[in-house]
Amino acid sequence: MLRQIDGSFAVAEAVALCRPEVVSCYPITPQTHIVEHLGELVKDGHLKGCEFINTESEFGAMSLCIGSSSAGARTYTATASQGLLFMMEAVYNASGMGLPIVMTLGNRAIGAPINIWNDQTDAMSARDAGWIQLFVESNQEAVDVHIQAFKLAEALSLPVMVCMDGFILTHSYTRIDMPTQEQVDSFLPPFVARQKLDPADPVSMGAMVGPEAFTEVRYLAHYKQLEALELIPKLAAEYDAIVGRDSGGLLKSHYEGDAETVVVTMGSVIGTMKEVLTPMRAEGTSIGAITVRSFRPFPKDEVYEALKNAKRVIVFEKALAVGLGGILSSNIRWALRGTATPVYSVIGGLGGRPITRPSLRTLFEKGVKDQLEETHFLDLNLDVVKRQIDREREQTGSGPAAENILRDIGALRAAKTA
Amino acid sequence: MPEIRESLQRVKFYQTGTFTVGNRLLDQSLRTVQATGERANAITSGHRACQGCGEALGARYAVDAAMRAANNKLIAANATGCLEVFTTPYPETAWQLPWVHSLFGNAPAVASGVAAALRAKGRTDVRVLAQGGDGGTTDIGFGCLSGMFERNDDVLYVCYNNQAYMNTGVQRSSQTPGAARTATTMPVGKEPGNPFGTGKFVPAIAMAHNIPYVATASIHDLHDLEYKVTRAMEFHGARYIEVFVTCPLGWGSRPGDTLKIARMAVETGIYPLFEAEYGEVTGVTKIRNRRPVEDYLKLQRRFAHVLKPGNEWQLEQIQAAAEKNIRKYGLI
Repeated sequence: MLRQIDGSFAVAEAVALCRPEVVSCYPITPQTHIVEHLGELVKDGHLKGCEFINTESEFGAMSLCIGSSSAGARTYTATASQGLLFMMEAVYNASGMGLPIVMTLGNRAIGAPINIWNDQTDAMSARDAGWIQLFVESNQEAVDVHIQAFKLAEALSLPVMVCMDGFILTHSYTRIDMPTQEQVDSFLPPFVARQKLDPADPVSMGAMVGPEAFTEVRYLAHYKQLEALELIPKLAAEYDAIVGRDSGGLLKSHYEGDAETVVVTMGSVIGTMKEVLTPMRAEGTSIGAITVRSFRPFPKDEVYEALKNAKRVIVFEKALAVGLGGILSSNIRWALRGTATPVYSVIGGLGGRPITRPSLRTLFEKGVKDQLEETHFLDLNLDVVKRQIDREREQTGSGPAAENILRDIGALRAAKTA
Repeated sequence: MPEIRESLQRVKFYQTGTFTVGNRLLDQSLRTVQATGERANAITSGHRACQGCGEALGARYAVDAAMRAANNKLIAANATGCLEVFTTPYPETAWQLPWVHSLFGNAPAVASGVAAALRAKGRTDVRVLAQGGDGGTTDIGFGCLSGMFERNDDVLYVCYNNQAYMNTGVQRSSQTPGAARTATTMPVGKEPGNPFGTGKFVPAIAMAHNIPYVATASIHDLHDLEYKVTRAMEFHGARYIEVFVTCPLGWGSRPGDTLKIARMAVETGIYPLFEAEYGEVTGVTKIRNRRPVEDYLKLQRRFAHVLKPGNEWQLEQIQAAAEKNIRKYGLI
């Protein structure tokens, strides 16, 4: 059924169609609307047989999920940013215990300085936590991928994090084709746990493992993620057969055929990019784009296939590994190992900085001429950065960098208008 | 169930002379769960607790009593700590009930999750127990514990309080008493041991949440512990029992003195035994044979400095705290 609803509501309704038995909730912008709406659906009787629990923290929210999933209940929660960091110990624990929890991450920056707007640093902080991480580029994809996430999680007994850009997706009203309950029921069977807490068959879960077996246990986690590389496209095809919509697999190629320059990114920014790339292609520039849907497991063979004929690759990412540069681009370089293809890392959109078409156009025009640095920061205001660097060199007590930069931006703006 | 509770309540062991009054002198119906053939033996033999471990003893009685109250349909969530480590070195486990360990600070929330799953599945026949040491419960797990209390989730939480982080090698916790030596509060300087005036008495904080049932218990009176667990299991909602458990390793005491030290903690007034329903105290265990705090302190090396010349002020403070407990809870 076609609906005009906001991303958070759409996700809440998609999750409700999956008949979760336990939903834990702790508010954090920008995911809060999702759990708010789920709470409403439970309370008004639309979502039956579901316990909706307000917790005292994100750490409590994920820990509660660990308990309910251990007891064999289909379990869901959502978080973002600082919330993901606050629950991080339990995030690793959930995957280590092989609990098929599904969590939405409304991607948001991480402070300090505190910032509520979108980037993908939060997701990157959990990239090695053992969770499957799927990045969606639209709210329609968010709906479809959440439904597939439950099946994927339960098939592998691994938790899945669906990453959707905060505000840009969570807070935008778009047209959503919502699957019916019958369609979801025929796609997603009831949850049967691999192992659960049951007085009829007592097991001890979460026992201590020493050096004699720890490597094997960790290898198995890796092995299961690699299995997901096969399962993700398979489930997407199954879903397509029932719902009639190709919602994408491990990665998505946005233009037919090979291009000399290929842009790689994750999440919603591809929407803006296509508005720049399509005219450039029409003007004769050989440039294409792919989005990585599954960041963990990382589909390195598929990435290689998609990029092997490119002359250069521009990786655009909304996260920064401080002291290194790009994170997605490091993974892309790994996929392209053994080739001489240059991979440019572009960091943009941090803390909600708008990614504009003119900026992207300039970026890509430089890129196709190999005029980019190895690590490029989109729209970086070098003037204010230089001022602060000089200030710190000259004065020991130079004050907080973030506040100084804000003041400088004001001063520079005033000077420009004067 | 009420008959069992009443029988447990009727039994009072007034220790005199040999301190050896036990089950054998009692009528069958009045004996502890442990003394019956039907005991669940939820923590079976072969675990790796230290000799004289008060926590192992307390957990054995508490879990089996809860098992009986739940008709053996009980799921346990355990915090990281001695109890978790000595019972589950993979692939061995001492637990004969469904048991889950997740992290150090989240046992209350994990238990809440188990309870939520059972509720969603309509399994009203299965009950939930959570347990941990004082560090896992009253320090790192305190947020989750308070959340579980405040939501009144259907969980009985049992804290085995041995007054420090024993599993990591005896570091101070929020339950470490004034003057006590730990690896992080060494008995050196002008104020040897743990400072006075710090820490928190979590049973009182639990009561402030107005949860159905809160109690303190001690391993020297296992009938009382079983009674309190049984009583707690008659309620639904959040319940908290704190069991005072001796730690020979951490306290520097003889393993053979484990029960004696626990008894002295109660008889001196250092550890008050009471129960409370919905935030109000409903019963206290009176001190029958009052002792000076020295009788408790002298059995433990962690307090050795308190009894040395120059530290009389510490002894006075400990005595004063015991007397305050006696006044506050009406222990005499």
